[in-house]
Amino acid sequence: MSIITLRESITQALREEMALDENVFIMGCDVGLRGNPFGITKGLMNEYGEKRVIDTPISEAAFTGLGVGAAIAGMRPLVEILYADWITLPMDNIVNTAAKTCYMFGGQANVPIVIRAPFGVGGGVAAQHSQNNENWFVHVPGLKVITPSTPYDMKGMLKSAIRDNGPVICFEHKRNYSMKGEVPDGEYLVPIGKAAIRKTGTDCTIVAYSYMTYVAEAAAIELEKEGISCEVIDLRSLLPLDYDTVMESIKKTSRVVVVTEAPLRGSIAGEIVGEIIDRGFDLLDAPPQRLGSKNSPVAYNEGLEAMCTPKKEDIIAAVRKTFE
Amino acid sequence: MKDSKCIEELKKEFDAYAEMYSPEGLDREEQIRMYSIMWLMRKFEEAVKPLWMANKVHGYYHPYITEEAIATAIITQLKKEDYVGSTHRGHGHLIAKGGNINKMMAELFGKEEGYNKGRGGSMHISDMSIGMLGASGIVGAAVAPAVGSALKSWIKGTDDVTVVFFGDGGANAGSVSESMNMAAAWKLPVIFVCENNQWAIATDYARITGEPDLYKRGIGFGIPSCRCDGYNIYQIWETAKAAIERARAGEGPTFIECKTMRMLGHHATDDSWYRDMSVCDKYWEIEPIKRMGEFMVENKIATPAELEAIEAEAMKKVEASIEYADTQCHEPSPDTFYDYIYADGEVIK
Repeated sequence: MSIITLRESITQALREEMALDENVFIMGCDVGLRGNPFGITKGLMNEYGEKRVIDTPISEAAFTGLGVGAAIAGMRPLVEILYADWITLPMDNIVNTAAKTCYMFGGQANVPIVIRAPFGVGGGVAAQHSQNNENWFVHVPGLKVITPSTPYDMKGMLKSAIRDNGPVICFEHKRNYSMKGEVPDGEYLVPIGKAAIRKTGTDCTIVAYSYMTYVAEAAAIELEKEGISCEVIDLRSLLPLDYDTVMESIKKTSRVVVVTEAPLRGSIAGEIVGEIIDRGFDLLDAPPQRLGSKNSPVAYNEGLEAMCTPKKEDIIAAVRKTFE
Repeated sequence: MKDSKCIEELKKEFDAYAEMYSPEGLDREEQIRMYSIMWLMRKFEEAVKPLWMANKVHGYYHPYITEEAIATAIITQLKKEDYVGSTHRGHGHLIAKGGNINKMMAELFGKEEGYNKGRGGSMHISDMSIGMLGASGIVGAAVAPAVGSALKSWIKGTDDVTVVFFGDGGANAGSVSESMNMAAAWKLPVIFVCENNQWAIATDYARITGEPDLYKRGIGFGIPSCRCDGYNIYQIWETAKAAIERARAGEGPTFIECKTMRMLGHHATDDSWYRDMSVCDKYWEIEPIKRMGEFMVENKIATPAELEAIEAEAMKKVEASIEYADTQCHEPSPDTFYDYIYADGEVIK
């Protein structure tokens, strides 16, 4: 075991998979010489050459399209979008080509592409560098959407994503990049589509993912002091989503709070609550609670930015509400 | 026979017009093969509209009629491992790459035996076994993925080349320009073929394009670029030959504009009410099958009887494909509803 940052866990996953499979290559803006703005791909161009770590022009629409086509032709591209906000540019190639080719072609072609996208609020980078747009992709059959939050999960799930024969979008919260955690020294994989229980509890289930998992854990520790025992579930993967784990927990707690950092309106929190009601309305002793960001673009101003997202206190209040 | 007065009139307005000639290195056998392929495309396309009217096929279907020379002259020079990126008007591209018309017809009928198991239809015909990367229903959207197959050849260091087709409409999509830039920057083995039929759905391209010579866009990206008479199979063949050799030798992309004129509606049931179709009368004089046939007879490459036999053979093949699709194929089973959404048989509901 070694303790590394989430940022380093991504680098390790990329390096290992590139060594194992010569079809794996990376492309994106500044991924080569600069090693990406967060240093994640630093050194890889020297190790693997300019044809396997490709610095692209700032043409997200087309270079993602090139990645999709290379995947159809048998490669395993890792396409990096500098900030998830700009995933709007290659949206057509992701939604209409990557997600649909296998289906439209009757299974003749696979699209084993991984798209990495740093997302989330924080750092005063305002409305075009802070979004949570993972929800958009959960609506698209044919895609997988993952949001690992610990170094262990990130490395293991990213490796699974690279080996997956279909398109996977990996959303990486910028606030998680410096989080540290234990990672085994040897080879391991974490499957896509299985949630993790971060804290066991008996009174209320808190369902969260990515950075909000850490906020939920902090809320659960506070609530424990009041005698409310919360179970914190980190979804890790939004598509597919592990409802079995969610429902098992609710069977025990009979209460649920669902937290997302995305603007609440139209977010996955509503979808999860809907599914919980369909699967087990009778299990619930209280109305399920949804928490998300305010329905606003993210502000530059520190105070306004902070107002936007759910806080530990908001989660505590939502849990208490399930006992009213 | 040729109406020479009509041709003189045509030359005045069709600036891409080029006289037919026998290019060096194109033997008789290959000319006969190309002529046969064009007839197969024509007969296939002509068969579909009645099938649509009879409710045997449905949805959108965009005929390749009168553009046959372009795909034939270029794609027949490729090897099996080479890639072709297609458009919504893609039946001809697949036939030229050596695709199976029975499977294509079965796909138009929506059958399980079709190329795409009935999931794709006319707009998404593909055959990965021959590098046919598939048609796309989104104008211009298939260009970047097709250039991605050339990126693979570049990374792997193979000599496979990619030919990607798009129209005058697709040429105006942003990612097409972005893709041309990357292909030029990295000298990717790709040939951009702009099938300029002068109509972007129901809009005359001259109304929406500042520079009507679309090949000049390639020059702007540092790509050797030229224009061909889209009805002249010999000129296109010779131009494509040089472009394919360049790409195979690692010398980078070429842009070929094949100028033509859309002589039918955008899709099978578009009656073209928005344009004066009498403009096309002159162009029918140089439609590519008639024109190549006349050239081959004049130059004693083939006899009229041989050409008639080729046409009849094409008709027979198409009739057989209809018979196959209509009587020997099956509807997809409802049990397979969730198949192919994910790879490897994975089902996520």
